[in-house]
Amino acid sequence: MKILVTAKRVEDPESKIKVKADGSGIVQEGLKYKMNPFDEIAVEEGLRLTAKHGGEVVVVSIGPKDVQEQLRHALAMGAARAVWVNHPGPLDPMGAAGLLQKVVEKEKPDLCILGKQSIDDDQGQTGQYLAEWLGWSQGTFASKLDSLESEAEKAKAPAIELSADGKTLQVVREVDSGLATLACSLPAVVTTDLRLNQPRYASLPGIMKAKNKPIEELTPAGLGVDVGLQVEVLRMSPPPPRKAGVKVGDVQELFQKLKNEAKVL
Amino acid sequence: MSIVLIVAERQPDGQLRKATLHAAAAGADLAAKAGAELHLAILAEDPAPLAERLKDCGAKVIHTLASPSFAHYLAETYAPAVAELAKSVGASFVGAAATAQGRDLLPRVAARLRAAMASDVVGFSGAGTDIVFTRPMWAGAVISDVKLKTAIKAFTIRATEFPAAPAGKAPAEVTAFSAPAAPASPTRFVDFKEVKSARPELTEARIVVSGGRGTKGDFKEVEALADELGAAVGASRAACDAGWVPNDWQVGQTGKVVAPQLYVAAGISGAIQHLAGMKGSKVIVAINKDPEAPIFQVADYGIVGDLFKVLPELRAAIHGAK
Ligand SMILES: Cc1cc2nc3c(=O)[nH]c(=O)nc-3n(C[C@H](O)[C@H](O)[C@H](O)COP(=O)(O)OP(=O)(O)OC[C@H]3O[C@@H](n4cnc5c(N)ncnc54)[C@H](O)[C@@H]3O)c2cc1C
Ligand SMILES: Nc1ncnc2c1ncn2[C@@H]1O[C@H](COP(=O)(O)O)[C@@H](O)[C@H]1O
Repeated sequence: MKILVTAKRVEDPESKIKVKADGSGIVQEGLKYKMNPFDEIAVEEGLRLTAKHGGEVVVVSIGPKDVQEQLRHALAMGAARAVWVNHPGPLDPMGAAGLLQKVVEKEKPDLCILGKQSIDDDQGQTGQYLAEWLGWSQGTFASKLDSLESEAEKAKAPAIELSADGKTLQVVREVDSGLATLACSLPAVVTTDLRLNQPRYASLPGIMKAKNKPIEELTPAGLGVDVGLQVEVLRMSPPPPRKAGVKVGDVQELFQKLKNEAKVL
Repeated sequence: MSIVLIVAERQPDGQLRKATLHAAAAGADLAAKAGAELHLAILAEDPAPLAERLKDCGAKVIHTLASPSFAHYLAETYAPAVAELAKSVGASFVGAAATAQGRDLLPRVAARLRAAMASDVVGFSGAGTDIVFTRPMWAGAVISDVKLKTAIKAFTIRATEFPAAPAGKAPAEVTAFSAPAAPASPTRFVDFKEVKSARPELTEARIVVSGGRGTKGDFKEVEALADELGAAVGASRAACDAGWVPNDWQVGQTGKVVAPQLYVAAGISGAIQHLAGMKGSKVIVAINKDPEAPIFQVADYGIVGDLFKVLPELRAAIHGAK
């Protein structure tokens, strides 16, 4: 099975994001970057699927030269090769999906695994646009029935099941008030939720091997995709602050305050 | 006249998902600003009961799309039908609530319409075709104003930011739309495992009591306080990931967004991704044994202590006052 996975470069989710005074963007100084956490899960699932069924994982990232760091990380985790779409400017989900569509047409994978959302723009759209434009099946918010503490997880089994005839995937999805299961005919687009798997760390031999794995460079112009922004961010601002609260001494005081001051009991 | 089309949502039990009423209110707000009419779309095997339910919530027209293939929701069958409807009525805006279904469906509808989209919208401003969508980014650390430059614009709305559309408005005109037959779906519905609960729905509850890693997997006291208060139970990602509680209880950036009158966080540190899902609560109570836990920065009332002592004491105080 040939699997295309995506690896977007984003701010480390642990970092404190501050808005620039003029509202034109976020303060970049002091920020660390890493692979979008959902995309690490996508890489992991791809590796587990190919470990079980054979094939290879190809990783794609769109962005400036820096995204090669995230590609190298995916290669160190075990991806076979990488595709870098060199695009230094801003990008929206339509642009990302348009570029990925062209990469898919070139690579012809059986399956694309993306994150369910980027933790910077929090849009959660790219996978669905891609699936529609390819005319493929979509299995979004992929999760699994077992927990991340289960034996199946410890055995690093893929949560996404391939049918015996190799033509459909069984995808368990996290939806409102339960888990829904879909049978997605291949080729398909899957997007990952947090509980699909626990991504591996890159091993030292993995990191060494990654240095020699190829990164192919493509460009939006070369792919013939217009990535002009359709979603334009006009300005950014910090969220309205919550007024400072108080610490109470004991439960009685808490109870009195909730009852008489906040009047919520 | 330009049209705002909102896609209604049915729960697996066939009832209306309440978030639809919030989406209808958001749609009405947008329609007023854009100088547009509010239309609703209902897709179902039999849309009549939902059309009846939504008739007086402020929409001008309700489009019913009936087909046996709509019995179970699938993006691959719903998106072409919604897109056809949007084109046929000439909608300029297509939206839904940012539920699991809305998040799955709307980008696929938008893709079909070559429409740009804003997810999790918390407000609209501007007028006419010059509408600005306000939405959170970076787990709510940033609020951004965005413009969608395509002719048709798609969005999902955050239900906690809009009131539920009140009933009692002038009745909508109900009209059947028959979408052209779509090609066979490459995706098949297999099953739905519902997490049943006798408690109120997390996103609708007046009070939410949540537990985190500090419970060490023992949610008994969290649940007991919730039941004393008739509240819903929520959880942090750490508690859900460990398999202690259903995933469906997760509150946060990638879980549910709640805004109850009272939110009690027990043994939750207050990571930004958690705050993203509960910062809009009217009153926040934090119970944590670490006085430096970031949750105290957003809590109206904080108590430093062991949740296994504090929760039962609080429950006893509440019970005693009844
Ligand atoms: C992409 C991404 C998305 C995420 N999405 C979400 C999300 O949607 N929701 C979410 O919640 N998290 C989310 N997270 C995870 C988030 O960053 C935190 O890791 C998580 O919220 C921590 O959970 P916690 O507060 O329960 O655990 P911890 O951070 O470990 O905190 C446990 C707290 O319990 C306290 N404690 C321990 N014992 C007791 C006791 N006996 N009595 C009282 N207090 C005690 C400790 O002092 C500590 O403050 C996300 C992370 C990423 C990277
Ligand atoms: N610049 C990019 N490079 C690689 N993958 C991307 C990029 N932008 C979006 N994606 C993928 O699309 C998913 C959803 O992104 P979004 O729609 O922006 O929330 C991400 O988790 C990535 O897997």
